[in-house]
Amino acid sequence: MPAVSKGDGMRGLAVFISDIRNCKSKEAEIKRINKELANIRSKFKGDKALDGYSKKKYVCKLLFIFLLGHDIDFGHMEAVNLLSSNKYTEKQIGYLFISVLVNSNSELIRLINNAIKNDLASRNPTFMCLALHCIANVGSREMGEAFAADIPRILVAGDSMDSVKQSAALCLLRLYKASPDLVPMGEWTARVVHLLNDQHMGVVTAAVSLITCLCKKNPDDFKTCVSLAVSRLSRIVSSASTDLQDYTYYFVPAPWLSVKLLRLLQCYPPPEDAAVKGRLVECLETVLNKAQEPPKSKKVQHSNAKNAILFETISLIIHYDSEPNLLVRACNQLGQFLQHRETNLRYLALESMCTLASSEFSHEAVKTHIETVINALKTERDVSVRQRAVDLLYAMCDRSNAPQIVAEMLSYLETADYSIREEIVLKVAILAEKYAVDYTWYVDTILNLIRIAGDYVSEEVWYRVIQIVINRDDVQGYAAKTVFEALQAPACHENLVKVGGYILGEFGNLIAGDPRSSPLIQFHLLHSKFHLCSVPTRALLLSTYIKFVNLFPEVKPTIQDVLRSDSQLRNADVELQQRAVEYLRLSTVASTDILATVLEEMPPFPERESSILAKLKKKKGPGTVTDLEDTKRDRSVDVNGGPEPAPASTSAVSTPSPSADLLGLGAAPTAPAGPPPSSGGSGLLVDVFSDSASVVAPLAPGSEDNFARFVCKNNGVLFENQLLQIGLKSEFRQNLGRMFIFYGNKTSTQFLNFTPTLICSDDLQPNLNLQTKPVDPTVEGGAQVQQVVNIECVSDFTEAPVLNIQFRYGGTFQNVSVQLPITLNKFFQPTEMASQDFFQRWKQLSNPQQEVQNIFKAKHPMDTEVTKAKIIGFGSALLEEVDPNPANFVGAGIIHTKTTQIGCLLRLEPNLQAQMYRLTLRTSKEAVSQRLCELLSAQF
Amino acid sequence: MQFMLLFSRQGKLRLQKWYVPLSDKEKKKITRELVQTVLARKPKMCSFLEWRDLKIVYKRYASLYFCCAIEDQDNELITLEIIHRYVELLDKYFGSVCELDIIFNFEKAYFILDEFLLGGEVQETSKKNVLKAIEQADLLQEDSKPRSTRLHSCVKS
Repeated sequence: MPAVSKGDGMRGLAVFISDIRNCKSKEAEIKRINKELANIRSKFKGDKALDGYSKKKYVCKLLFIFLLGHDIDFGHMEAVNLLSSNKYTEKQIGYLFISVLVNSNSELIRLINNAIKNDLASRNPTFMCLALHCIANVGSREMGEAFAADIPRILVAGDSMDSVKQSAALCLLRLYKASPDLVPMGEWTARVVHLLNDQHMGVVTAAVSLITCLCKKNPDDFKTCVSLAVSRLSRIVSSASTDLQDYTYYFVPAPWLSVKLLRLLQCYPPPEDAAVKGRLVECLETVLNKAQEPPKSKKVQHSNAKNAILFETISLIIHYDSEPNLLVRACNQLGQFLQHRETNLRYLALESMCTLASSEFSHEAVKTHIETVINALKTERDVSVRQRAVDLLYAMCDRSNAPQIVAEMLSYLETADYSIREEIVLKVAILAEKYAVDYTWYVDTILNLIRIAGDYVSEEVWYRVIQIVINRDDVQGYAAKTVFEALQAPACHENLVKVGGYILGEFGNLIAGDPRSSPLIQFHLLHSKFHLCSVPTRALLLSTYIKFVNLFPEVKPTIQDVLRSDSQLRNADVELQQRAVEYLRLSTVASTDILATVLEEMPPFPERESSILAKLKKKKGPGTVTDLEDTKRDRSVDVNGGPEPAPASTSAVSTPSPSADLLGLGAAPTAPAGPPPSSGGSGLLVDVFSDSASVVAPLAPGSEDNFARFVCKNNGVLFENQLLQIGLKSEFRQNLGRMFIFYGNKTSTQFLNFTPTLICSDDLQPNLNLQTKPVDPTVEGGAQVQQVVNIECVSDFTEAPVLNIQFRYGGTFQNVSVQLPITLNKFFQPTEMASQDFFQRWKQLSNPQQEVQNIFKAKHPMDTEVTKAKIIGFGSALLEEVDPNPANFVGAGIIHTKTTQIGCLLRLEPNLQAQMYRLTLRTSKEAVSQRLCELLSAQF
Repeated sequence: MQFMLLFSRQGKLRLQKWYVPLSDKEKKKITRELVQTVLARKPKMCSFLEWRDLKIVYKRYASLYFCCAIEDQDNELITLEIIHRYVELLDKYFGSVCELDIIFNFEKAYFILDEFLLGGEVQETSKKNVLKAIEQADLLQEDSKPRSTRLHSCVKS
C-alpha cells in the first residue's frame, strides 16, 4: 500500500525537503531556506492569484520550515484562506498550520473563529472534526470564549456522529482545563455521564477522560458515574480476549478504557451501594487473579497492557485503603515484580509500593520486602530505579527497621549519583531524627552524613542537629565527645567545623575533665581549622571562643591573644572585625557574673515542624512526604505532651543576647521564632471567643454522664434544665459528620441575645474542624431553634469541644456549658474480617505502644446483648466466631481522619464471677488506642 | 499527557505535539534538555524517568525515539502502549514506516496523531477506526493534481 500515492503528493514540497536533507552544513541549509522563503513571499505577494493547491503547498513548506526550528512571520493569512476551501486537504493543511503556529493577532483570530464556526455548523462530520481538533490543539482563551458554550451541545446532540462526539468530548476537556470558568455546567452534564453506557467504545473512551476531569471540581454532579463506570469496567474485565474485536489489544480487552475507568473511580470514595461495591471488588479481584495466569502472548505489548491495568487497579485499592485483603494481595503482587527481569516493572513496583507503605493495612507486608529493596539499591544499573528504591526505603522505614535502613542509605550515599545525594542526605537526616530511640545514634548518623557527603548537607540539616542536641540534655556530653573526636581527622568538612564549634561552645565543659580534651586542647583543635574556613564559619568560631572564655577562665588569656591579633582586629571582613573587637572588649570589661549571663547556654528551641522536612517537601512536592510529616507531628505531641509555645526560648530571641544573635542562627529558618499562633484564625468559633472565654460557665452538673451516653449513640437529649432543653441528632461518615443541635425554650418567655458558641481548646483545634452559622438571637417562648454543625476530623483527638450558651431570660443572664459528644469513635468505619485476618493483624500490632489495656469493674449488669449493641454503637464491627472463647467480644474498624486512617482492633473479655472486664485495644497509634480505651471502658 | 516528541538518534526533532500552552522559547528549551537526557541513557535502562515534575515515558523504534511527558497520576505502562499503538498506526498507513516517511509526510503523521490522541487524551484506540478516518480524508481528495512518484520507496534505505 504505497502511502504517498493515496495522499496528495506535493512534489514541490518533497523536492524542497530533499534539498534540505542534502545540505551539507547549517549555513547551506539556512541559505536554501531563505531562498525558499523569498520565493514563497513573492508568490504570496504576486499579482497572479494562487490556486488552492499552490497555496496549500507553500503553507505546508512554511510549516516544515517552522518545524525545523526557524521563525515564520508570514503566511498566516494564506493559511486562514485555506480554512474556507471546500477541498478537504486544503482545509486540513490550513488547520494544521493554524494549530501549530497560531498567533494572537486579533484580526486573524476573528477570521479563524469564523471559519471554525462555519465548519461546526456544516453538519459534515469530517469538517466538524477538523474544526474541533483545531480548537483542542489551540485551546486558547479566545477560542474558549467563542465555542465553550456550543461544544456541549454538539457533544450530547442525538444526531452527532460518534467521531464528532469523541472529538467534542476531548475538545471540551482541553477548553475546561485551560479556562474552567468558560464552560457552563448544565443539563448536558447528566447526559455526558450516560455516555459511559454508549455502545461505541471510542465514545466511552473519550467521554471518561472528560468526566474524570469535570468530576474533580463537581463531584456531586457526577456521582452517578461511579455505578456506570463499575458496570462498564466489569463488562470489560470479564469479557473474553476477543469479545471486543478491534478494542482488544494484544489479547487484552480495552486496556486504555479500563485504565481510564479505574482512574475515574479514584476520584470517589468506595461506592456505598453494597451491590456496586461487591461488583467492583469482584473486578479488582479478577484483575489480581489474571496477573497470576500464564500470559496469552509472549509479546511485551500484551504484558504491558495487562500490567497497566493491574497497576491502575492497585492504585485504586490503595486509594480506597479499606480492603485489607486486597491491599495485602496487591503488595504480594508488587513483591513479585520487584524481582522481575523487566526493568520497567521493577521500577513501577518500587514506585507503587511506596504508596502502599503508608497504608495501615499493608505497611507490614511492604516491610517484608526490605532485603529485596536494599539489594535493588546496590545492584540496579539504572539510577532512576535506584532512586525509586531510596524512596521506598524511606517510605517503609519505621522504628523497627530504622537502624538498618539508615545504615544502608549511608553506605549507598558513598557511591550515589551526585544528582540524588542531597535528597538522600535529607532523608537520612529525617529518618535518623524521627526514629531515634537512642540519641547518640542520631548524633553519630548526622556526623557520618557530614563525613560522607558534607557538600550535600544543607544548612537545615546541621541547624537541626544543633537544635536537637540543645533540646536534649541526655545527649550533650556524647555529642561534645563525638564532635571532638571527629574534628581530630586531618581533613574534615567545614560543616563539621560548624557543628563542632557550636557544640563545643555550648557543651565543651562536659568533656573538659578528660585531660585529652582539656579546654586548651579543645581550643587549639578548633583554631587549627580556623584559617581554612569561610567567613561565616570563622564568625561562628569567634563566638565559640567567647563562650570558652566564660566556660573556661583558664584559656581566657590565650583567646584574648587570638582576638587581639592583627588578623582578627584588623580583618578586612567587617563582621569578623566587629566580633573580634566586641568579644575582646567583653572579655576584658565584664565581670564573671555578667559574662555568665550574657554567654549563658542556649535555651531549648521550640518544637516545630522540622525545617529539613519542609525542604524535602519543597524538593519532592507535597504528596511524597505528607504521611511522614503527620506521624512526625504526633511524635512531637507525644514527646512534649502538647504543642507548647515555649515562651522561654522566645524571650531568648527578643532579649539582645549576643549568643543568640551572633552565632549566625538569627536569620536562619530554624531559629526560634515567636510561639505558634495559639488560637483564632480558623473561622471555627462562632463569635468572639477571646472575649467570652473568660466568662464561659463551668460545665453543667451531670454533663459528664450525658456525654458518656452519647459515645455509643448519636441522637437524644444532651442537656435539660427548667429553661432550656438541648437535643442532638448527628450522623457521621468517614471523617465527616453533621450534627443538628436543637435548642428548646421550655418557658413562655423569650430568650434574648441567645448565643451558642462552640469552643475547641488549643489542643483540639488543629485536629477537629467545626463549622456552623450563628442562630437567631431571639428564641420565642415554647419555640425550638436548630443549629447545624459540620464536622471534619482532621487528625485523631482526645478532648471534646464545649458548647457554651449564653442568653437573657427575663432580667437575668444565663450561661450554660456542656461538652459536645463528638468523640474519636464517631469516625469509625466497621471492618469485617475473618478470624485468621484478625489475628494476623493483631500480631502485627504487637508493639507495646500500640496496645492499651484496661481492667475495670462492671458498672452495669453484664448482659451479652447489651454489650454487643454497645460495641456496634461504638462504631466498630462486631466479629463473631473470631475469638476462640465465645464469651469474649472482638471488634475491628478504621478511624477515618482527613490526614490518615487508623486501623483498630479491640477485644473485650468479661469475667462474670468477678464482675470485671478486661478491655484491650490495639491500633497503630498510641494516642488512639488510649482514647478509644477510655471511651469504651466507661460504657460497661 | 503534556506533550509528545519524536526525535532521531542524532537528536533531530521529527514531530512535536504540545497539549499545554507554552512559549516557543520554553518548548525549545524543554526539547533540547529532554533530547539530551534521553539520548544519554543506555539501551537496557528503564523506559521511565522523572523529569522536573513530570514523568517521561520513552521508547526507541529503529532510529527514532518516541517520548511522552505525562503527569504524576498518569499510567506509565499504558503510555508506553500509546506510543506503540501510534507506531502501529503509522506502520499500517505508510506500510512499514521508517523515519523518512515521517520526514516527507510530516503532515500525515500529525493528522494520524490527531485522530488517535486529542488534547493529550486517547480519543480512539481502534486501529480500524483511526485509519478509516484518515483514509476517508484521502478519498475526499481531488484527483486532478499531478501524482508524485512513490517517494518513500526511492528515498528510503
